[in-house]
Amino acid sequence: MALSRLSHRGVGSTLLRPFSARPISSDATLTIETSVPFTAHNCDPPSRDVATSAPELLTFFRDMALMRRMEIAADSLYKAKLIRGFCHLYDGQEAVAVGMEAGITKRDCIITAYRDHCTFLGRGGTLLEVFAELMGRREGCSKGKGGSMHFYKKESGFYGGHGIVGAQIPLGCGLAFAQKYSKDEAVTFALYGDGAANQGQLFEALNIAALWDLPAILVCENNHYGMGTAEWRAAKSPAYYKRGDYVPGLKVDGMDVLAVKQACKFAKEHALKNGPLILEMDTYRYHGHSMSDPGSTYRTRDEISGVRQERDPIERVRKLLLTHDIAAEKELKDIEKEIRKEVDEAIAKAKESPMPDPSDLFTNVYVKGYGVEVLISSNYTALEFYRRMDIFS
Amino acid sequence: MLTKFGRWVSLVPKRGFSTSTSFQKGASEEGVKSMNLCSAINQALHIALDTDPRSYVFGEDVSFGGVFRCTNGLADQFGKKRVFNTPLCEQGIVGFGIGLAAMGNQAIAEIQFADYIFPAFDQAITDQFCFQIVNEAAKFRYRSGNQFNCGGLTIRTPYGAVGHGGHYHSQSPEAFFCHVPGIKVVIPRSPRQAKGLLLSCIRDPNPIVFFEPKWLYRLAVEEVPEDDYMLPLSEAEVIRQGSDITLVGWGAQLSTMEQACLDAEKEGISCELIDLKTLIPWDKETVEASVKKTGRLLVSHEAPITGGFGAEISASIVERCFSRLEAPVARVCGLDTPFPLVFEPFYMPTKNKILDAIKSTVNY
Ligand SMILES: Cc1ncc(C[n+]2csc(CCOP(=O)(O)OP(=O)(O)O)c2C)c(N)n1
Ligand SMILES: [Mg+2]
Repeated sequence: MALSRLSHRGVGSTLLRPFSARPISSDATLTIETSVPFTAHNCDPPSRDVATSAPELLTFFRDMALMRRMEIAADSLYKAKLIRGFCHLYDGQEAVAVGMEAGITKRDCIITAYRDHCTFLGRGGTLLEVFAELMGRREGCSKGKGGSMHFYKKESGFYGGHGIVGAQIPLGCGLAFAQKYSKDEAVTFALYGDGAANQGQLFEALNIAALWDLPAILVCENNHYGMGTAEWRAAKSPAYYKRGDYVPGLKVDGMDVLAVKQACKFAKEHALKNGPLILEMDTYRYHGHSMSDPGSTYRTRDEISGVRQERDPIERVRKLLLTHDIAAEKELKDIEKEIRKEVDEAIAKAKESPMPDPSDLFTNVYVKGYGVEVLISSNYTALEFYRRMDIFS
Repeated sequence: MLTKFGRWVSLVPKRGFSTSTSFQKGASEEGVKSMNLCSAINQALHIALDTDPRSYVFGEDVSFGGVFRCTNGLADQFGKKRVFNTPLCEQGIVGFGIGLAAMGNQAIAEIQFADYIFPAFDQAITDQFCFQIVNEAAKFRYRSGNQFNCGGLTIRTPYGAVGHGGHYHSQSPEAFFCHVPGIKVVIPRSPRQAKGLLLSCIRDPNPIVFFEPKWLYRLAVEEVPEDDYMLPLSEAEVIRQGSDITLVGWGAQLSTMEQACLDAEKEGISCELIDLKTLIPWDKETVEASVKKTGRLLVSHEAPITGGFGAEISASIVERCFSRLEAPVARVCGLDTPFPLVFEPFYMPTKNKILDAIKSTVNY
């Protein structure tokens, strides 16, 4: 259910074997040039030549296609009113989540904003956990109490899932400080959007991170819009990789999964040695900002279809797989079919998951056993809440 | 200063509010139009911009109409120099507004959701601080010749539940601001109220946080006078007369409370319902007079009960009416939990909870 576990070093994915007519034993290194050069600010950019392998490329294809399918399915579930609350989709931006994971390990931490479904999946979350959480069910990754904007996975260093724009960036500095202090040799990737880049918190975080040489990588996922506001309307300088001033930065084609991988590897090494770095991922969201935004009033349809045709992260990998003769068109179609089934099955299972128990409304507000009781109202105690469920709806 | 604009209206509706059409019209014979709360806000902003060339509307995406479309058409009519988008930076928005207001302008800032007002909290407090220095510290005022004043600032922000908003699109943070002397806090219950109160807020020489019940933006429709009128601040309104118990609330909660009053009436309990409208500084006299008559008080709000503004009302009324109270003051509020995503109906101070509290208070 989770993303394929195939690492770029690894061989023989059980998930991939059924689709492959020829043996994918060719995990010999391939070198592929990034789509465009990196643009660097106050640092030397990494090489454009990215080492990869046939299995890794197939994994990239599969993982990104799975994310895409998952988001499209979430869109339908929302429209069917099975998902309530706010829901922000990531389709278009998949290469950032997938490429980042390929360049780092699960000992590194990731913290992001509310557009978090795919980042969670990248960290090893399962489709069931995603859909159950989206529908507010017990088997969700936050037990159904968080919803779309609040995905977390502690075991693999995913610190969520934050609804307040920009708030996660200084939190990321705190994570990085702890990593540095305990000599973890691990780093934190703190993701934020181009809109969030105008929050004062970013600049406070940058100063802290640089002052204390924290192993923090601030990743600006520049999808060029903050809600309905184009980047240039909100930012004097939309060169987000440069906005750290004394903090070095790198601009990356965020639609090129290999470029993202290369940049994240580079950033990790840099951060462990020299402290923070900004990575600006040039990316694009296909959907509107959230489910109430059709996404077509502040940008042209041509713009969207242009990106789809020329820069789509999945299509780019599909092309690589075909031109390097790693997979045939039909095999890739089969993978996509399989993914569709996987997503549908996860949804069916998530629908069967029960809603949280009403008592969960009162748990996790404070630590249990520390003398704190939830006051329900001046007329009811917590106990009476259960006795008097009739008046609570 | 106030009389320069529009006219004051004292409307005493006979009954109902959010969808009521039965209200006495003010002095003016100009037309009324049926509209929702969002359009009423929009109209108030139109009038504010039209009547004062030194007024400005700004916030995230407001020149496109804002997420709730309350600022639709303003940029077209008044130009992008007076109605403009800001970057996504709440602290900057409010701080900027203070500066703009200190230069003698009407700064009408929008914070997209009340849940996002917290980054600006510090600025809001700074604001009142500045205001206090200028207006309370007589020597400083004297030295500056009373030149400075940041009272032209009005912060509009949608608050409250919408049914499925979850943790960060549902909160009611009014009590935080009520703890800060120098800021006024105003919350309308209906379109007509919203227009008149917002215009008063914009023209009041104090910094004001104006919370808009977003659940009612489209839901509440009533006849709204089309002209420029203002409703007085710090004046509560008895919107339903009764003799057994006084209910006090504000904003969207009032319609839930009114339903509870109707149900209580069927059981022979006569409820008096008061819309506080302005939370700070609030109209203690109206509430006091009512409680002295009924001998009982119930306060209801969506925000969590502990530290909510209901606590302040309860304490004040106990101080003033101790010997007249026949039962403890009841509070029916949000629970002391974060605003939940899946359990919103449990969290909310619903009609049934209010009705239950009315009965237990009356039968105390
Ligand atoms: C403090 C705060 N202000 C406003 C919002 C409302 N809001 C949610 S997302 C968003 C736009 C953010 O854009 P960006 O940072 O570019 O991220 P993207 O949505 O493009 O991923 C806004 C204004 C919020 N959640 N928090
Ligand atoms: Mg963006």
